[in-house]
Amino acid sequence: MTEEIKHEWPLFEVFVRAKRGLNHVHVGSLRAADHQMALHHARDLYTRRNEGVSIWVVRSDDVAASSPDEKEAFFSPSGDKVYRHPTYYSIPDSVPHI
Amino acid sequence: MTDTSVTETNEKSFTETIAKDQRIEPRDWMPDGYRRTMIRQIAQHAHSEIIGMQPEGEWITRAPSLRRKAILLAKVQDEAGHGLYLYSAAETLGADRGDLTRRLIEGRQKYSSIFNYPTLSFADVGVIGWLVDGAAICNQVPLCRSSYGPYGRAMIRICKEESFHQRQGYELLMTMMRGTPAQREMVQDAVNRWWWPSLMMFGPPDDQSPNSAQSMAWKIKRHSNDELRQRFVDMSVPQAEALGVTLPDPELRWNEERGHWDFGPIDWSELKRVISGDGPCNALRIENRRRADEEGAWVREAAAAHARRRQEAAA
Amino acid sequence: MSFDAAYEALTDHDDDARWAYGTGFADPLAGVDTAVPQDVDRGDLSAYCVALGDDALIMSHRLQQWVTRAPELEDELALANIALDLLGQARLLLTRAAEVEDAGRDEDALAYLRDATGFRNVRLVERADADFAHLVARLLVFSAWRLALLDRLTTSTDPVLAAIAAKGVKEVTYHRDYAAQWVVRLGDGTDLSHDRMQAAVDAVTPLVGELFVPDRVELRLAPAAVAVDPSTVRSEFDAVWAQVLQAATLQPLAAVAEESAPGGTGRDGVHTPALTEILAELQGVARSLPGSVW
Repeated sequence: MTEEIKHEWPLFEVFVRAKRGLNHVHVGSLRAADHQMALHHARDLYTRRNEGVSIWVVRSDDVAASSPDEKEAFFSPSGDKVYRHPTYYSIPDSVPHI
Repeated sequence: MTDTSVTETNEKSFTETIAKDQRIEPRDWMPDGYRRTMIRQIAQHAHSEIIGMQPEGEWITRAPSLRRKAILLAKVQDEAGHGLYLYSAAETLGADRGDLTRRLIEGRQKYSSIFNYPTLSFADVGVIGWLVDGAAICNQVPLCRSSYGPYGRAMIRICKEESFHQRQGYELLMTMMRGTPAQREMVQDAVNRWWWPSLMMFGPPDDQSPNSAQSMAWKIKRHSNDELRQRFVDMSVPQAEALGVTLPDPELRWNEERGHWDFGPIDWSELKRVISGDGPCNALRIENRRRADEEGAWVREAAAAHARRRQEAAA
Repeated sequence: MSFDAAYEALTDHDDDARWAYGTGFADPLAGVDTAVPQDVDRGDLSAYCVALGDDALIMSHRLQQWVTRAPELEDELALANIALDLLGQARLLLTRAAEVEDAGRDEDALAYLRDATGFRNVRLVERADADFAHLVARLLVFSAWRLALLDRLTTSTDPVLAAIAAKGVKEVTYHRDYAAQWVVRLGDGTDLSHDRMQAAVDAVTPLVGELFVPDRVELRLAPAAVAVDPSTVRSEFDAVWAQVLQAATLQPLAAVAEESAPGGTGRDGVHTPALTEILAELQGVARSLPGSVW
């Protein structure tokens, strides 16, 4: 009985591009039997108010994610590379366009 | 590291994240109690959205103008969408939507008891928008800052979308109050029936609310039940006045000292009765949901079978 | 967004680019000349808009009856979207009909104050759906037919009708796609779903013929390219229908007795008892409170 009721449609993650020039942004997830259905559902669920010009759907189990346990190893090393940031460089205000 | 010290480190990091008012995200370590509480809260909220479609949904086909029909249909559709956003948030915690639905149908998880009251006239559509959605908004806006990231984000989207729900209800009531005497009577009657249940939507008084303290500490909950209820009363009184209806509470009066409206005692025995399944429409609401789920099973299975076949053909 | 003042937070429209929220809703009739074109009979044009509007209104009503009953929540959203689209088309068309008729009626007078014999919808839209297979079969037939009509109406010599059709084409393209995909999934799904889908196809087939029988109004308006003679879109419909049935591993019903007697169709005001039931539900509240404002 439990098996029968168990949801058979896999989970998809939905990304919407709100307008041209913007990135696709993760907006949530939904259930669908296949990619085509997932796109339809995403359109109906996440763009009811004229929100998008493009949609991506990705099977949730296809997403490879960094693990929070590795957070330190993954993200801390970039924390001290201040020379990657434009404000690190002092340039006199009198120099234009930079 | 030993297991104990891992747990300690995790707990420390979790507590610090909460203390810094940062969000807990799906793959972060979290205490089992937090996960359980979060799943229960989000699932109940999702169930409420889905069951909440029924009392108003009954009026879509009967709406007395095409404009009102479109508005109501869009609103009830939003509720399905909001239920979906919330089930999605619950699934990030490892819950399964099918399982949550089964818990709802079997009566093992609750939904807001407000939806166990019947809708008796089209004025109820307006009053649900004004009072029930109004109360829901008071409850929900603070949840946009819930410590659980996916829930907070779902709530932001929901609150944004719901901004029209309350306004359409109030606008309908204003229009009806300018109509015939029969229409004005319908509005007053609906207000009489929905006012007290709306106040009960904020939950039991603070001194009888069992889970509140832990939820406040975890920043799952941001304001106490009584605090939110008072805020709702304070907002509703002038709105009722502008509408020209009387709120059914003879003890309602402005308290200069407190800077709030005083209101009469709430009949909590009735809330308990309705929550425990004895409301006028409990059985009907659950039965409808169960039937939709069961009657849809063959459709869902067919789609899954078709997708498998396609996949095999492509492989 | 201020989170502590409930209502302020909701009216506080920050344009937060992280969130995809829709803005800029377009009026499909903006800038469209609403004058009735010369040499067009007002009565005919009004009646034609009523017929197309009634199709959408009654089909939408049947879809509205699926609210809270859809097989999955995602489809709840999809069906409501389709119902909303068709309701929107009905409102535009009935409003145009009333405007052209110029007798002081509006969309609501047309929707709520006519009896069944005054309705001009095809009988396909009245049919109650025994199950989800029946719904998607009916929706596929309806959308494939309507899309072909609307597509041609985008060049109607009535600019309002052309604008309404242009909006409708985008909507109904999606409806047809949604229905076609479900017919294929159910037809080529499980044994049970295949049987149910086949039964639904068999049940809807007798209602198809009527869709392509032109009535007097259509025949009078078609030569001036105001309206479309539906008999001219039959082959387009047949191609779509056959293609979907094949993909769905379903058999078309052979030698069908299509109920298509001219003069006795929904367009002539001849309806099934189902329409009377629909109208009782649709019109009941509005009629029980005469003089009310909503």
